[in-house]
Amino acid sequence: MKLSLKLNGRPTEVECGAEEILAEVLRNRLNLTGTKVSCEVQVCGACTVLVDGLPVSACTTLAYEARDRSVLTIEGLAQADGSLHPIQQAFIDEFAFQCGFCTPGMIMATKALLDENPNPTDDEIIHHMDGNICRCTGYVPILKAIKRASRSLKEKRK
Amino acid sequence: MMPLRRFTIHQPRNLKEASEMLAQFGEKGRLYAGGTELLLAMKHDLLRYEHLVDVKTASGLDRIERKDFALHIGGIATHRAIENSPLVREHFPVICEMERNVANVRVRAAGTLGGNLCFGEPHSDPANLLLALNAKARVRGRSEDRVLAMDELIAGAYETSLAPDEILTGVEIPLAPKSQKAAYLKFQIHERPTLGVALVLELDESGRAITKARAVVGCVSPKPCRSEKAEALLVGERENVEKQLPEAAKALADAAQPVDDLEGSAEYKRHLIGVFLRRAFAKALSKPVA
Repeated sequence: MKLSLKLNGRPTEVECGAEEILAEVLRNRLNLTGTKVSCEVQVCGACTVLVDGLPVSACTTLAYEARDRSVLTIEGLAQADGSLHPIQQAFIDEFAFQCGFCTPGMIMATKALLDENPNPTDDEIIHHMDGNICRCTGYVPILKAIKRASRSLKEKRK
Repeated sequence: MMPLRRFTIHQPRNLKEASEMLAQFGEKGRLYAGGTELLLAMKHDLLRYEHLVDVKTASGLDRIERKDFALHIGGIATHRAIENSPLVREHFPVICEMERNVANVRVRAAGTLGGNLCFGEPHSDPANLLLALNAKARVRGRSEDRVLAMDELIAGAYETSLAPDEILTGVEIPLAPKSQKAAYLKFQIHERPTLGVALVLELDESGRAITKARAVVGCVSPKPCRSEKAEALLVGERENVEKQLPEAAKALADAAQPVDDLEGSAEYKRHLIGVFLRRAFAKALSKPVA
């Protein structure tokens, strides 16, 4: 089937089978390898992308579900001139990753959270990020990065 | 990446079409909604289908509305939509709280209530609470509509009593009297709940005595379970009921017959039922309306 979607802000068409998973189509057909695949059972969050602003597991979502919708991946965050999105910058500033494999998913989950709730409490952040697993950095720097991102996005809006 | 076997996806325009497709495909087809459970099982090759019928393309099944003294939640309403629904919050804050803690934020965004119930995963929350709230499942087949109690709908682990052409269109939950108090608690160490305890109590005018009780234990055995004996022990003056909680927990555990599995031994789960029934009792009664 031919799939039409808005991918990272751009109208995109891609040919794929009904059984193809969104992560497969993003990585193998569209060469967007920023979206990582790890547990494949919707537990780890490495494959988090946003569909119409909501976080989904790209590893267990049919590409079919993206038809006529807007998909945002980690590649869609930085600006065309290469300047990073405030959430990406906050993760660097707070050393919120080591191996980096969980980071695209962490950042996309953070984007979904801050779009909906620009000033989350620690508890709200922890609840929202509960389904994103990191096995090396530890969660404290990630929490700090999300709070820093929330502050810098607020600054930017002023 | 684990690929899926090839299948065709179908887009019925209404329930009648969906039902007819399901009847036509028989065991080769399955209704598909959020896919959060079904696609996992298909990726692991535990289930194989040549046809998926996308029930989301039939209109009107995502509605959440109040009518005829009941709250109606459409089968394809997502966990997220239910958690955030002002109408659900107004009538059943306990449902919002339960939904807020289902799986994770991604599953809640895609997974639907109907899909959750029809998959019949024993380690899951919604059926436990809905059974305690005396919710009914509305079912539509090619020839007739049926209304089933939650414990009639869920036949066992990964099994419902639905015929191949039948579709769960939604659930209806009888509106609670102001005197109703409810709590849902779960214990979870892995990705899915080890135990869920739902408790719904009705109080008399003085608020000192419990006139009706429904208690459900889920996740410890193939399907959510009530016990008449336990519910009888949960009725009476609050102080007396409090003393009877260990006995009620034992009756619930006897009815549920916990199994040994990776979540823990049967003995451990029996112990947890006692702890969580006590906590659910305290939680239900300390809140003004639930």
